[in-house]
Amino acid sequence: MEFFLRHRIVRRWLLVAAGALLSLPAFAQINLSGVWQNQLDEDFPDRLAGPELGDFAGLPINAADRLRGETWDASLITLPEYQCRVHPSDYASAFADIRIWEEFDRNSQTLIAIHLHHFAWATERTIWMDGRPHPPEYALHTAMGFSTGKWEGDILTVTTDHLKEGWFRRNGLARSDKAVVTEHFIRHDNGLTWVTEVDDPAYLEEPLLRSRDYVFSVAGQIAPYPCESVEEIIRPRGVIPHHLPGTNTFLKEYQQRHGIPDDAAMGGAKTMYPEYRAKLKGAGVQPK
Amino acid sequence: MRMMQTILALLAAAAFGAAQQAPARAPGVPQNFDNVEVHTLPAQGNVYMLVGSGGNITVQAGSDGVLLVDTEYAGLADKILAAIHKISDKPLRYIINTHYHPDHTNGNERLRKAGSTIAGGNVAGDLGAEASQGAQIIAHVNVLDRMSAPTGQQAAAPQGAWPTDTFTGNEKKLWFNNEGIEIIHIANAHTDGDSIVYFRKSDVISTGDLFVTTTYPIIDVAAGGTINGYIEGLNHIIDLIVPVYGQEGGTLVIPGHGRLCDLGDVLNYREMVTIIRDRVQDMIKKGMTLEQVKAAKPTFDYDPLYGSSTFWTTDRFVEAVYKTLSSGEKKK
Repeated sequence: MEFFLRHRIVRRWLLVAAGALLSLPAFAQINLSGVWQNQLDEDFPDRLAGPELGDFAGLPINAADRLRGETWDASLITLPEYQCRVHPSDYASAFADIRIWEEFDRNSQTLIAIHLHHFAWATERTIWMDGRPHPPEYALHTAMGFSTGKWEGDILTVTTDHLKEGWFRRNGLARSDKAVVTEHFIRHDNGLTWVTEVDDPAYLEEPLLRSRDYVFSVAGQIAPYPCESVEEIIRPRGVIPHHLPGTNTFLKEYQQRHGIPDDAAMGGAKTMYPEYRAKLKGAGVQPK
Repeated sequence: MRMMQTILALLAAAAFGAAQQAPARAPGVPQNFDNVEVHTLPAQGNVYMLVGSGGNITVQAGSDGVLLVDTEYAGLADKILAAIHKISDKPLRYIINTHYHPDHTNGNERLRKAGSTIAGGNVAGDLGAEASQGAQIIAHVNVLDRMSAPTGQQAAAPQGAWPTDTFTGNEKKLWFNNEGIEIIHIANAHTDGDSIVYFRKSDVISTGDLFVTTTYPIIDVAAGGTINGYIEGLNHIIDLIVPVYGQEGGTLVIPGHGRLCDLGDVLNYREMVTIIRDRVQDMIKKGMTLEQVKAAKPTFDYDPLYGSSTFWTTDRFVEAVYKTLSSGEKKK
């Protein structure tokens, strides 16, 4: 043994072997690869069944976005060209499973990118980890956007721009294509917390923060998600379903069903904070 | 009759030109381009997008030469040519104008002179070397009418900038650089002489100002533009697009102003324009005046995206919608 330790070549090999066994976090601090199952216990009705019409509570939307929501007609998504519209990357974390995998440079084993596949509409996005700059403003915007990431300790922090218009909530509250999204992927053993912060100068009074939880799946598989548009309703060419301002009679149903005052249901930054509850005492309507 | 049409067209062009000279209404042709850079963005196939300070330029390049859609400003011509030469060293053969506005045609004369027309045989023999001098400029005939003038009258643009090859129907087809190109006229939309250009093999559509990402639709009412024609133009663009999946990829769209796009962007824009049209139409039916309509803010929810207080202001857009809807134009 002493001979081996004294021998220079053998010492080198042992060092390399030890380094490999230790898997030092030189390039990717935390391994996020694998299939992760979405945990739906947070905001369940909002995320799976879908939000109710006119439920804008707790979202820091401004007046312009509120009008987008008030005039939105769910029939819009019956238009063939809207049926396969994918969830934007900042909303995709709301539900369904994901697969994450890493892409390394073969020679240097430097982390180039982290890829993320989402079950819904089989969207895939790339988070570039190689320090490349974001494209110019006149480049294509997409539902996934252009993402770059960096490690902040063991947290993967991602910045995304070049987003197409998307939504904060699936009841007509639009998120603009001017938004910039900051995400944090935080692994706790077999748990993953995915934090999303949306800064939208067009439609938000304050940044919108959400967190979603996932659990690592040892044998997880993600099914394909084919989508084919069909003509569900025969309409004249160019018709866009929407409500004229002030005519959407469905807006009040949510308030009446749950006894939510109009001021709270219509959202805005103030409705995010705990102290807003105190202002609501006695202001509610009686649920039916 | 043709003379009358030309005179009317010139009057309309003069009116829009006058509007462009008035700083409160529209910017004129900029004089200083020292700080302007011309950027090149590959779209796909043989097609590129040039971004400067005017309308976007579309470049199609290949073994036959170079084809441009629109020419921005004359003051940027050297920078535009430098950008083109980085894409191709072949001669500039064709310029297609999507409409007559100076931010899309002011560079016509300078860029045309830098190119050459394919000519030979009897044409070259009878007409001499002049036959091949300058690239051809293709446009709908109404573009020529608005840029030119009868003898003795002041034209809106110098003769060297006028279209040399016009068409009157709904479409002109061209085969260049091994791909079919459709030049599709959309009637009474942004103006009365609009064309979109569809590169069939590269799968790219260059829309001119029939689609922009930076402002509300600019409707040049004095030059025959209408809100319903504009929406029809957007629907036609959507009809041509085949996405890869959902609303993305596949056919790419180069707008008159703004970023490179695909189906999803055009759908969002069509949605916005149609909704605002419907709101103003409803207000007109209720007997509201233009001032009442403006006060009702029918664009309120889209103003953070497209509203402007300079050049094409939100008020001017609402005025254009109101005027073209209340002038008896039927909803298409």
